[in-house]
Amino acid sequence: MTLPALQQLLQDVGGVDAVGVEERVAKYATRSIKKESKVFGLKLAASMVDLTTLEGQDTPGKVASLCQKALHPHHLGETPRVAAVCVYPSMVRHAKPLVEGSGIKVASVATAFPSGQAPLATRLAEVRAAVQDGADEIDMVINRGAFLSGELNLVADEIAQVVEACGESTLKVILEVSELGTYDHIRAASFLAMRTIRPGDFIKTSTGKTSGNATLANNQVMLDAIRDHYLATGIEIGMKPAGGIKTAKQALHFLVAVKETLGDAWLTNSRYRFGASSLLNDLLRQLETQRTGSYQAPWSFTENAGSY
Amino acid sequence: MSLTITKTPKCYVGGKFIRSESGRIYPIHRSNGEFFANIPLCTRKDLRNAVEAAAKAGSGWAARSPYNRAQILYRLAEMIEARRSEMQDALKLHGASTKDASTEVQATLDRIVHFAGWADKFEQILGSVNPVASSHFNFTITEPVGIVGILAPEDSPLLALMTLVLPAITAGNSVIAMVSKGAPYPAILLGEMLATSDLPGGVVNLLTGDRADTLPTFASHEHLRALSAVADAAEAKVLQEGAAESVKKVVLHDPDTDWFSDSHDSPYGIRSLTEAKTVWHPIGN
Repeated sequence: MTLPALQQLLQDVGGVDAVGVEERVAKYATRSIKKESKVFGLKLAASMVDLTTLEGQDTPGKVASLCQKALHPHHLGETPRVAAVCVYPSMVRHAKPLVEGSGIKVASVATAFPSGQAPLATRLAEVRAAVQDGADEIDMVINRGAFLSGELNLVADEIAQVVEACGESTLKVILEVSELGTYDHIRAASFLAMRTIRPGDFIKTSTGKTSGNATLANNQVMLDAIRDHYLATGIEIGMKPAGGIKTAKQALHFLVAVKETLGDAWLTNSRYRFGASSLLNDLLRQLETQRTGSYQAPWSFTENAGSY
Repeated sequence: MSLTITKTPKCYVGGKFIRSESGRIYPIHRSNGEFFANIPLCTRKDLRNAVEAAAKAGSGWAARSPYNRAQILYRLAEMIEARRSEMQDALKLHGASTKDASTEVQATLDRIVHFAGWADKFEQILGSVNPVASSHFNFTITEPVGIVGILAPEDSPLLALMTLVLPAITAGNSVIAMVSKGAPYPAILLGEMLATSDLPGGVVNLLTGDRADTLPTFASHEHLRALSAVADAAEAKVLQEGAAESVKKVVLHDPDTDWFSDSHDSPYGIRSLTEAKTVWHPIGN
């Protein structure tokens, strides 16, 4: 008897011990990170931020101010620049000239973000257009409808075609974990994506547009999947939690998870990113608190476009 | 035989009852030396968290109509009135006589009702229409400063605390108060009454513990916009230096202050916890 595709994949990659994962991630929040290690963590987290604005009300002006924030996070201190700015495809051509040569990448969501509910040809055309406009990174959403109805080959094929459309650009595959339902599904979808994408590409938790966002637990399930995939194949896949990570404290907990699951090799912005916007200001605030010894008011930091 | 249910006193912060994030506690005893309870020993991180809570609640409270603030303050008096004997027992626990406890609760109630009355009237006294030599209608109104840090004295643990808190919240500020260390239980009870008073959670936050732990943070935290403190000379110096660095107002009160004095009913106590805004409005010629 042949098993349904999803069950077959799960049997292959193994399921997730939900209670175990939740207990393990609860411990991460108890690590005491102080002084130099805290400053190190905060700076590292800042260097991993994909500074994001994904709103219907985005304008070229708003994207320009986001890019300014990315280039000059704060007027004092030695704050590292963020990894990338993340915008809608139509904004790529406005963002690109502003950050060109700074080392900051332009990431663009594509493939009918956030739902992914558009014909494949349209989604691929969107990717190609973004790449042509200068996007260094593409954040795609998987076809959750197909995944949940068991058409795994279709999901994998679509990812493969997006890989092709990306050309030189890095790909981040958004699983939208809140719509997958269970940790088992998250693990299965992680493997499905990782087996299709190239070394150095990313898997990403969420769009930030649904009720559920990145949590330590679903981050952990995906990190475990990356580790298992790496141990089996030697292929290094990056990870990007997105949505709901607003405070420096949360970011440090996520970094603890990376350090304790994948080790130092993943503690770099070519392997780990935060999809966030308000997080950056909280990181800056905590860095200034560490530098000056006194707690800072939020108005000491420039606003940037508010999204997730 | 019935089981004794002992109460865990907790601080009222952000509308919730919390323990210190540090988990630290200190014991308090009845005046006869018998152990009464463990009280949270709050840290600068608890203060920081309280500031975040106060910031969240602040804008909503400042936007309430003065009339509504009056109603809510009056409601607080109602809540204390309903639990008057419990509050008196809390004061007696720390050594007050029955008569003194009763007097202090009564004075506190009177003061709350008094400030409830001021809530929609102080603007008439503190604001002004200013004569100017040009064709402008020039007037000054007050605005709350934002978050006010309060350091309450050891004595009169209820009356002194409320005397410092009332001008601040009447003006639309939110507050974080470090309460009496030796006699914290009335403030713990007050938190429970605040929670049922319609005052939005986070407008008044009460921390217990050693003020030496948090004093430098009260002084230096940028987000606190004013301090109203009963402090000795050495503490005052720390507060003023930190306040100079972070540009905040400091209102110092003498440790020998008579908290029962009617002088505390004056609306001018409110003025030092507000910012004056002056408007030049053009009017023809």
